[in-house]
Amino acid sequence: MLYFSKLKLFIIYFIIIFLSLFSFVNFINIKESSILSKKVNLGLDLQGGSYLLLEVDSLPIINQNLQQKVLNLRKFFKKNKIKYQNLKLVNQSINFQLFDDVEKFVELFLDKNNLINFYYGKYRSYEMNHLIENSNVKIEYSKYGLIELKITALDQSLEIVRRRIDEIGTKEPTIIQRGNDRILIELPGLEDPNRIKKLLGKTANLTFRLISETEDVFGSELLSYENSNDQLNVSKRVILSGDSLINAQPTLDRQTNEAVVSFTFDRAGSKKFARATSNYVGKRMAIILDNKIISAPVIREPILGGNGQISGDFTFQSATDLALLLRSGALPAPLNIIEERTVGPDLGEDSIKAGAISLLIGFLLVIGYMLFKYKLLGIIADLSLILNLVLLIGILTILEATLTLPGIAGIILTIGMAVDANVLIFERIKEEMKIEKSNIHAFDSGYKKAQSAILDANITTLISAIILFFMGSGPVKGFAVTLGIGILTTLFCAYFFARHLSSIYVMKNRDKRIVI
Amino acid sequence: MIFKLSTDIKFSYYYKKLNILSSIFIIFSILVLLFMGLNLGVDFKGGTLIELRTEGSTITIADIRQSFLKMNLGDVTVKKFGKENDYLVKIEITRTDDENFIKSINDKLSADLGTVINFRRVENVGPKVSNELLRAGLLAISLSLAAMLFYIWIRFEWQFSLGAIIAIIHDVIITVGIFSFLSYEVNLSIVAAVLTIVGYSMNDTVVIFDRIRENLKKYSKMSISDISDLSTNQTLSRTLITSVTTLLALFSIYIFGGAILKGFSFAMILGVIIGTYSSIFIATPILNYTKVSQKTVLKENTENN
Repeated sequence: MLYFSKLKLFIIYFIIIFLSLFSFVNFINIKESSILSKKVNLGLDLQGGSYLLLEVDSLPIINQNLQQKVLNLRKFFKKNKIKYQNLKLVNQSINFQLFDDVEKFVELFLDKNNLINFYYGKYRSYEMNHLIENSNVKIEYSKYGLIELKITALDQSLEIVRRRIDEIGTKEPTIIQRGNDRILIELPGLEDPNRIKKLLGKTANLTFRLISETEDVFGSELLSYENSNDQLNVSKRVILSGDSLINAQPTLDRQTNEAVVSFTFDRAGSKKFARATSNYVGKRMAIILDNKIISAPVIREPILGGNGQISGDFTFQSATDLALLLRSGALPAPLNIIEERTVGPDLGEDSIKAGAISLLIGFLLVIGYMLFKYKLLGIIADLSLILNLVLLIGILTILEATLTLPGIAGIILTIGMAVDANVLIFERIKEEMKIEKSNIHAFDSGYKKAQSAILDANITTLISAIILFFMGSGPVKGFAVTLGIGILTTLFCAYFFARHLSSIYVMKNRDKRIVI
Repeated sequence: MIFKLSTDIKFSYYYKKLNILSSIFIIFSILVLLFMGLNLGVDFKGGTLIELRTEGSTITIADIRQSFLKMNLGDVTVKKFGKENDYLVKIEITRTDDENFIKSINDKLSADLGTVINFRRVENVGPKVSNELLRAGLLAISLSLAAMLFYIWIRFEWQFSLGAIIAIIHDVIITVGIFSFLSYEVNLSIVAAVLTIVGYSMNDTVVIFDRIRENLKKYSKMSISDISDLSTNQTLSRTLITSVTTLLALFSIYIFGGAILKGFSFAMILGVIIGTYSSIFIATPILNYTKVSQKTVLKENTENN
């Protein structure tokens, strides 16, 4: 156990130097884009920032799609000459009654190329499930139909969320998909998440609709203003929607010196807008965002150029935000923030300080204790401990892992537990020295016999770390990472580095009395 | 003498008494858990957690609580957190549909207390997410127990597995029981601590078991209780040194690591102490009770060969 071949030593020290190099680059500034410019990332809890978990509220999309389905079904029945009655939407399911074409309907409905009920080859499932009782038919989304619908909505939402966050220009945001209906956003260094939360909380569904003068229940609805409780009766017919916009910018109105949002329609939108404004001169047109009226100006003259502006008691900030929302497009469904964790930068700084101090003190305490307990061999254990820390940071750097506050705790804990391997070995050597006459033999069999206990002991901790890594989230994951990597570096340090030092030591003192 | 005499404590003499004591602790822990429950944090119960700093030192806990109560946010707890002027506020409810929720709280609080209140940390967990986190946490702990059981089942005979698992369950129940008794908050980092305790306790037990197995093979005439005494004594110095270094590291986190890591390091400190105790006085006695002998470990050898 004490003999090392030249090649083995070369490899061991190569690894040590290689990892140490990466460990040290953390503390100096190296030009970007070089391979040594890697650094350990600081987690949100250390550098401050926001973690947001958004969930797509898919209920509105389901209802919207089912309403469309009802319209399509009508056409479908007409085309195929199927008689039906009582076609209606009841809680997320379409119900209707057939007369004598049940079999014909089922055949058409389950045709793999039909346009009403899409067939997903990859799931071997239809978009919709159907239930027939006598002649009553009930259709609802199948499990996979819902998944597809959610994924489509999620993909669109991700794109829009990305655009909105990019427009705000925060540094290095992380925006990733989670499951079928969630979006995880990490915004490091963000001090006030409120603006982003506000921007993400709006679907930004913009419509231009006429104010109706008659109290027509079917064709119009009562909507209230964004900033007040006043209500207006607005026609349900949408003249133009936000889809037709190609640009929107905040500007100052030269006459009133008020912040407004100027917008430009695409070509088709311009034509429609010109036609509508020519036809309805003198009437009021409401500009509606997410079912709230922003303003309802009177059309004084036809607007032909495809440009317009929205005014409505904006500050420059709110005009900027509205323009941003209009540019980035509408979300297919509302997003709910179901989890938020925000850490202010000053708390992050405090945490780094506290982490560093407790790391230093823990380190010194353990080093001191080992020196006190094992004297000379204690130096070997301590050198191995220092190297362990260096290698651990080196590996974290190469992996560009994220260091969190629990992660720092994991490092400190690793320090406390890392000496265990050396303690097991030293204690074993101590015992062997009672039996063996030769120091070399005692060291050799000490290392040999401690091996199985060390492996067993570390594997158990590693199992915990791995499970925690896969089950944990956020900061806790950082703990699993440092604890797990710490176990690997511990084994390496005890079995290669400390063993080599011990062998040098025992060779030099082969005939002296060694006191442990 | 060059070498210090190794200790010669008759551990097996104390097995029965300490096992009865441990059983009482476990029953007590379970009763406490049943009747007092756990003080679940927002991670697992949902709600809003705000760590705030008041600049003027004239503001008291009562002022802050009063101001929060006026906002009608359900159950509110306010406590000091770490330094002077730092407070931790837990609110029962959270509003996922209102993105201005936090800001409106800050505005009202600042207006009420007449000074700008700095929200240093906000955690807002909806009921759906907290349920998932709770389930994931319980699953992680069960998985790790199962993994440990599997590992030790491969490495040792069933008597050893039984001993190790009972010891781990003992550690987890008593640690959680103490958290329940003290009404300390249980959050995600406590789950991490429990998992690490499971690993540590196992680690400690395995080292003694390893030695017991070795000695069983070596000494055919010795009774199991003598073997466990011998093995425990032989490994005692290691057991204590490793516990001390681990505890040194943990106390350093507990004292200097800031308020956020307090719960985690406290759980770990408990776990390391209880885990060290259980390796010697819970796991090992079970080998005695199940009458492990040289045959047990030799049979294993022939099976493997």
